[in-house]
Amino acid sequence: MVEKVTDMESAAERTRKKILEVRRLRKTFNAGKSNELTAVDDISFHVYEGETFGLVGESGCGKSTVGRIILRLYAPTSGDVFFAGENVGQIKDKANLSSFRRRAQIIFQDPYASLDPRMKVKDIIAEGIKLHSLAQTKAEMDSRVNELLALVGLNVSHANRYPHEFSGGQRQRIGIARALAVRPEFIVCDEPISALDVSIQAQVVNLLQELQEERKLTYLFIAHDLSMVKRLSDRIGVMYKGKLVEVGAGDEIYYYGAHPYTESLLSAIPSADPDYGKTHRRVIYRPERDIKSEALALRQISGDHYVYCGEGDVGYYREKIELKKGAAKKTLDRENI
Amino acid sequence: MSGLLTIENLDISFSVFAGEVKAVRGVSFRLDKGETLAIVGESGSGKSVTVKSIMRLLPNNAKINSGSILLDGEDLLRQNERETLKVRGQRIGMIFQDPMTALDPTMNIGDQVMESLLLHKRISRREAGKKALELLELVGITTAGKRMRHFPHQFSGGQRQRIVIAIALICSPEIIIADEPTTALDVTVQAQILELLKEIQKQLATAVIFITHDLGVVANIADRVAVMYAGKIVEIGKVDEILLNSRHPYTWGLLSAMPSHNADEKRIYTIPGTPPDMLCPPQGDAFYPRNKYALKIDTLRMPPFFQVSPTHQAATWLLAPGAPEVTPPAEIIAGRELFRERARNAR
Repeated sequence: MVEKVTDMESAAERTRKKILEVRRLRKTFNAGKSNELTAVDDISFHVYEGETFGLVGESGCGKSTVGRIILRLYAPTSGDVFFAGENVGQIKDKANLSSFRRRAQIIFQDPYASLDPRMKVKDIIAEGIKLHSLAQTKAEMDSRVNELLALVGLNVSHANRYPHEFSGGQRQRIGIARALAVRPEFIVCDEPISALDVSIQAQVVNLLQELQEERKLTYLFIAHDLSMVKRLSDRIGVMYKGKLVEVGAGDEIYYYGAHPYTESLLSAIPSADPDYGKTHRRVIYRPERDIKSEALALRQISGDHYVYCGEGDVGYYREKIELKKGAAKKTLDRENI
Repeated sequence: MSGLLTIENLDISFSVFAGEVKAVRGVSFRLDKGETLAIVGESGSGKSVTVKSIMRLLPNNAKINSGSILLDGEDLLRQNERETLKVRGQRIGMIFQDPMTALDPTMNIGDQVMESLLLHKRISRREAGKKALELLELVGITTAGKRMRHFPHQFSGGQRQRIVIAIALICSPEIIIADEPTTALDVTVQAQILELLKEIQKQLATAVIFITHDLGVVANIADRVAVMYAGKIVEIGKVDEILLNSRHPYTWGLLSAMPSHNADEKRIYTIPGTPPDMLCPPQGDAFYPRNKYALKIDTLRMPPFFQVSPTHQAATWLLAPGAPEVTPPAEIIAGRELFRERARNAR
C-alpha cells in the first residue's frame, strides 16, 4: 500500500515516463493447501523509462517471482502489472501478447541451465528473431546474429558451437545476446551474475551498462548483493519475505538505508579490510521487534525514499536518515580539512 | 618450521584430447595447526585442483608429475588406497562448493552425517546418532532431533551448507578444506556461515584451507592468503599484508575489481583479457599479457619469489633489485598508508 503523496511529487517525477508499474501485486503458491506460501505480498512500485531498478533481498524473498509475474510467466493471485500503460494480465489477443513478449525480455540466473544444450549458439540467438519475423532473408538473419555476437563481446566463429564449449561468463553473454536479439525495451535481469566469478561479474555488469547506454534499455535488476546492485541501479527496492521494505535512490539506500532489514543487508557486505570485523558488527534483523500495533505500509520518508513502517514511525525514520546524513557530512568535512 | 601440512613443489597436469593441460605448476605452501589459509584466484587458476590432490580426489586423467604433500611428515601422495581412506574424511574433512549437489538426495541427513563416523571409528549406531545430533545442533540446525530424519530437499541452501559442514566435522579432523563454501549463498547467509566456521575453528582448533574468489570473504576469515594465477602461487603472506600491502600486479587487479571499491564510480574495474590457455602457458610470467606494469623480462623469464617481509613473498620482477619504480592504483596506495599507520600504532 503506497501512501498518497501526489501533491508532494516533484515536477521531475511527473515528467518522467513510467515504463512499468506494479500495483498491489500478490502471489500465493499452493493456495488452500498445508504448504501455502505467499511469495509476493502486496507489492507496488514503478520503473521509469531508461533507468535500472534494482530489486534486492535474500533467497526466497520473492524477488524472482516478481520478475516472472511482470513478464507474465506466472499469473498473479491479485494485483496488476502495467507495461507502457497496458495491463499485462489483460492482454488477450495473440498479436498483442507476442508484441509484449518481444518488448520485455529476461536474462536468467543460471547460464548453465538456461541454454538448450542441443542447440547451436546461432540457433539460440536466432530463435527469437525467427519467432517474431524480424529478419526477411537468411543472409539478414546471419548478419543479425553476427552483429549480436560482436555486441556482447563474443567471436563470430563461436556461432556454430554448442553451449557446453563456453565458460560461465561467455554463456551469460550468449544469454544477453539472446535477450537483445528481438530488440526489447525492457529486460528483467534475474541474478545474471550470481553464478559467476567476481572478476567475470564485473565484466558482465559493465557490458550490461554499456548496452543500456547504447540502446536506451530499461532494466529490472534482481540480485542479493547490494554492493553490485548499487553500481547499476538508479533506484533500489529492498524485499523481505514478500514485502517491499524500503525503496529509494541507489546512493540513498546504499549510504542511508534505514529499515533494519536494509541495514542488516548492508552490514553483511564483506569488506577488503581485515580489521573491518573488529570495528563493525553485523546487524542482525529481528522482524519480531518491528512494531505490529499499527497498520504497516510503504510510507514516504523524504523525496523518493520510502520505508515500510507504521504511520507513527515516519518521524523516527526521518530523524534516523537525517542523523546518518549528518554523520556522513561530518566525516567528509573532517577529511577535507 | 614444519607445519601440519606441507606441500612441496606440486605439479599436476590433465591429459585431454588436445594435449596436456598444466593445471598446477610448482605449488608450495605450509599450513600450521589451527590457522586459516585462504587460496584466491580466478576460475581455472588451479586452486581447486591443488586441494583436490590433497584429498586424492582428482579425476583419472589427472597426473601428478612431481611434488609431495606431507601431513605430519607422511607423504599423502605415496599412500595406497587403504591408507588414503584413513586420512580422507577422518584427518582431513572437505566442504564442497555446491550444497545442492554435495548431499545424497536419497539418504536422510542423520545417516549422511553419521556415515563417515561409522566408517572410521568403532562406534555403535546409537552413539554415532548422538554425536551427529550434537553436531547438527552446533552448526545451528534447529530441532535437530526431528530434522535428522528429513531429506536434503527439505532444507534451504544455507541449512544444507550447515549440514555439509557437520559432515566434514564429524570425525573431528585436524584440517578442513572448504572449496568455495559460500559462493552459492546470499550475503546474509554467507556472513552466518563464515561466523559459524570461525566459531567452530576456535572451539576445535581445526586448521582450514579456504578457497574463494571473493577477497571480502578472505578479509573476514583468513590468517594467511595465497594468491594463485595460472597454476602458480604468485603472492603469499599474512592477510593484512596481502589485502593492504600487496606487491603483485595481479593481486592489485583482484583488489581493484572488488565492487565495494570506488563504489561511486560508474564502471567497475576489470582485469583486461582472459587467463592464459593452460595447454600452452606463456613463457615467462603468465600474467604479463594482462599486466600494464609488465617489464620486458616478464616475457622471457618466470619471476622467482622475492621476500617482502619474513612472512610475505611475491613472484614479480617489480621487486627485483634495480626494477623500475611503478605507481600502483590509488586504492592500493591508500591500503599501504593504512597498513603503515597500523604498523606504527602496533609498535
